[in-house]
Amino acid sequence: MLQEVDVLIYTLGGWQAPLGIELRIDALSVLLLLILSGSASLVSIYALKSVEKEIAEGKQVLFYSAFLLVMAGLIGISITGDAFNVFVFLEISSLSTYAIISMGKDRRALHASYQYLIMGTIGATFILIGIAFLYVMTGTLNMNDLAQRIPAVADTSAIRAAFAFITIGVGIKAAMLPLHQWLPNAYAYSPSVVSTFLAATATKVAVYVMIRFELTIFGIEFSLLEMPFDKILMILGTLGILGGSIYAIYQSNVKRMLAYSSIAQIGYMLLAIGLASHPGFTAALLHMFNHALIKGSLFMALGIVFFRYASTELSVMSGIGKTMPLTMAAFTIGGLSLIGVPGTAGFVSKWYLVTALLDASLWPIALLILVASVLTLIYVGRVIEVAYFRPAPEGTTQKKVPATMIVTLWIFALSNIYFGLNIDISLGISSLAVDQIIGVRP
Amino acid sequence: MIENLHLLIDVCLLAFLILIVFATMKITNLFVATMLFGIFSFVTALLFLDLDAVDVAFTEAAVGAGFSTVLMLSALKLTGAVENAKHRHSALGLFIVVLTGAALIYGTADFPIMGDANAPVHLHVAPEFIQLTQEKIDIPNVVTAVLASFRGYDTFGETVVIFSAGVAVLLLLGMGHVEPKQEPEQNMVLWVVVKPFIALILIFGLYVQFHGDFGAGGGFQAGVVFASGFILYSLVFGEAYARKVIPARVLPRFSALGVLIYGITGLVSLLSNKPFLDYNALSSNPISGQHMGILLVEAGVGLAVFSTVLLIFYSFSGVNHNE
Repeated sequence: MLQEVDVLIYTLGGWQAPLGIELRIDALSVLLLLILSGSASLVSIYALKSVEKEIAEGKQVLFYSAFLLVMAGLIGISITGDAFNVFVFLEISSLSTYAIISMGKDRRALHASYQYLIMGTIGATFILIGIAFLYVMTGTLNMNDLAQRIPAVADTSAIRAAFAFITIGVGIKAAMLPLHQWLPNAYAYSPSVVSTFLAATATKVAVYVMIRFELTIFGIEFSLLEMPFDKILMILGTLGILGGSIYAIYQSNVKRMLAYSSIAQIGYMLLAIGLASHPGFTAALLHMFNHALIKGSLFMALGIVFFRYASTELSVMSGIGKTMPLTMAAFTIGGLSLIGVPGTAGFVSKWYLVTALLDASLWPIALLILVASVLTLIYVGRVIEVAYFRPAPEGTTQKKVPATMIVTLWIFALSNIYFGLNIDISLGISSLAVDQIIGVRP
Repeated sequence: MIENLHLLIDVCLLAFLILIVFATMKITNLFVATMLFGIFSFVTALLFLDLDAVDVAFTEAAVGAGFSTVLMLSALKLTGAVENAKHRHSALGLFIVVLTGAALIYGTADFPIMGDANAPVHLHVAPEFIQLTQEKIDIPNVVTAVLASFRGYDTFGETVVIFSAGVAVLLLLGMGHVEPKQEPEQNMVLWVVVKPFIALILIFGLYVQFHGDFGAGGGFQAGVVFASGFILYSLVFGEAYARKVIPARVLPRFSALGVLIYGITGLVSLLSNKPFLDYNALSSNPISGQHMGILLVEAGVGLAVFSTVLLIFYSFSGVNHNE
C-alpha cells in the first residue's frame, strides 16, 4: 500500500508554482503529519482535566486557541512547498508557543518563555535572512524551483552564507548543541500539556525543516559534502548525545531531566543525518517518529504526577509506584523505550542507527551510542528506583486520577510496544521518504 | 546625476542608521532610547522609499515608527524610564554580533549589483507577475496583486500571525481595566489640535484600505493607521472614553472575525470546486472575481490588524501598577 504513495501537490489560489504557493505532501510530510496529528489528538483529550487544573479559568479558552495555533503552524510547516511559507507558519507556531509556555504555574515559566522568545526570534530572523539570500540569487521561493536553480549559483558566497544562516536558525529551533539553552527551562516550567506536546512534536518539526532545506533545497552534495556539514553534524550530534545524557543524570526535577534527554535524542537524529547515507537518513526519520512516542508518554506520565502532587521533583516521587501504579507502569514502559530495550520503539531506531554507523565503519561512535544507552539507563533508573523501591511517606493512599488522562497515557505507552514489534509503518514511511529525498524511485 | 543623488541619499540614510544605533547603545535614559528607535524605523522607511518599495516603507512607518514606539512608551509607563542596571559587556555577545555582521557582509559580496536589470529576481517570476497582473487581475498595484492573490496564502498566514500576537498578549496581560476617574491633564491646546486630526486619520485609514489596489497601502497599513486614531484619542482624552466607543471585550471577536473573513473567502472558492483562495470562483467574470477577492481579503486583514493593534494597546495601558 505504501508503495503506491506519490507526492500530492495542491496549488493554492489557482496560480501554478513558482508564481503561487503550493502544498507538497510527500512521504516525509506524511511521517510528520502522523506524529503531529497523533500527538495532538491524544494531548487534546488529556488536556481536558490537566488544563482545568493548571490554567486559570478565564484563560482556558485563549490557551486552547493558542494551542491550536501552535498545531496549525507546525502542520503548515510540514506540508508547504514554499520556503517563505515555512517562515510564515514558523512565526504562527512560535508566537503561540511562547505564550503557552509562559502559562506554567511556576513563576519561572515567564522567564523561560522570555529566554525562548529571544533565542527563537534570533533563529527565525536567521532563517528569514537565509531565505532572502536564496531569493536574491535565484529569484524564486518555491522549494522545488530553488532545488533546480541553486546548483547554477552554488559556488557563491551568498548561497554559502544562506546555508549557514538557515542552519543556525533551524539549529536554534531544534535545540542543536550549543544552541539548546532555551529548551530545559521551557520544558520544565511550562504546563504539562504544553511540555508533552512540544516534546513530542516541536523539535521534530525543526529537524524536518533542516532535512528539507539541507537535503531537498541545497541538495546532499552541496550541504553535506561540499560545506563539510556532515562532519559538523556528527560532532554536534555526538556532543549532544553525551552532554544531554550526562546533564540529565544530575537533574533533581524529572521534567528537566527529560528535557536534557530530549537534547540527547535530537543529537541522535543529527548524527544520523550526518552519516549522509540512506541507512543514516532512515535511522534519523525512524527516531523522529519513535522519539515522539517515547517523550509523549513520559511527559504525560509526569503531567499526571504533577496533577496529584503539584510538583515533578524527584523527591516527591518516593513510593509513587504504589500510590499511582498505573501511571508509573506507563512511565516505566516509556523509560524502557528511551533506554532502547528490545521490544520497544526506542530499540528499533537505536538498532538502525548502530547498523548505519557500522555500515560506515564508524564503530567508535557506535560504541559511544552504547555508552549513552548506559547513561540513559542511569537517569531513567533513578526515577524507577525512587518510585518503586523507596517507601511512600506515612499516610499516603492510592491517588485517584482522571480516566481521560490515564487512558491517553496508556495509548501512548502501548504504542511504544506496538511500534517496537511492528515496524512496517514507521520503517516503511521512513525509507520511502528517504527514497523520495535522495531521488531513488522505488 | 540623478543616480548619484540616490546613492548619496542612501549613504546618508545608512550613516544615520549607524549613528542612531550607537547612540541607542550609549544612552541610559530609556525614553530617549525609545524615541531613537522610532527615528531608526522612520529612517529605514525613508530608505525603502528611496528604493521604490513604497508599500514596505508605508508599513515600516506605520508599524515601526508609530505603533511600536507607542507600545514601548506604554511599557515604560509601567517600568520607569531610567535604566538601573549597569551595562555588562559580554565578550561572547560581541563576538557573535561581529560574526553575524561578517557573515552578512560575506554573503552579500556575490550579490548582483543593486538595480541590475539582469539580476535573477528580475528575470524569473517578476516579469510574469507584472504581465499576469495586467492580464488577469487588472489592478495597477502589482504589490497588492502579489500579496493578496498570487501569494494570498502567505498573507493569510501573516494575518493569523497578527491574530496569534493578540492571543499571546491577552494570555499574558489580560484585557486590563481602566478606572473611569482617570482623567488626563486638561490641555486646551492639545485638545483643539487633536480633535480634527483624529477625523483626518480615520478618513486616511479608510482611504489606504480601499485604495490599496491603486496606490501604496492595503489592509495592514490601514489597520494600523485606523487604530492609531483611536490610540491618539485615548492618549489625549483618556482611555475610559475610548473604551466607551470600542469596548475591549469586542476586540478579540473582531480580530478573529478578520481572520474568518479571509478564510471564508478561500472556502467559497473551495465550494465551487476551485483551489483554496482562487478568486476567479467568486464571480462569473474572472477579473471581477479577482477584484472582489482582493477587496474581501484586504478587508479581513484590515479588520484583524486594526482590532489586534488596538487590543494590544488596551492590554498594555490597562495593566494595573499595583499588580
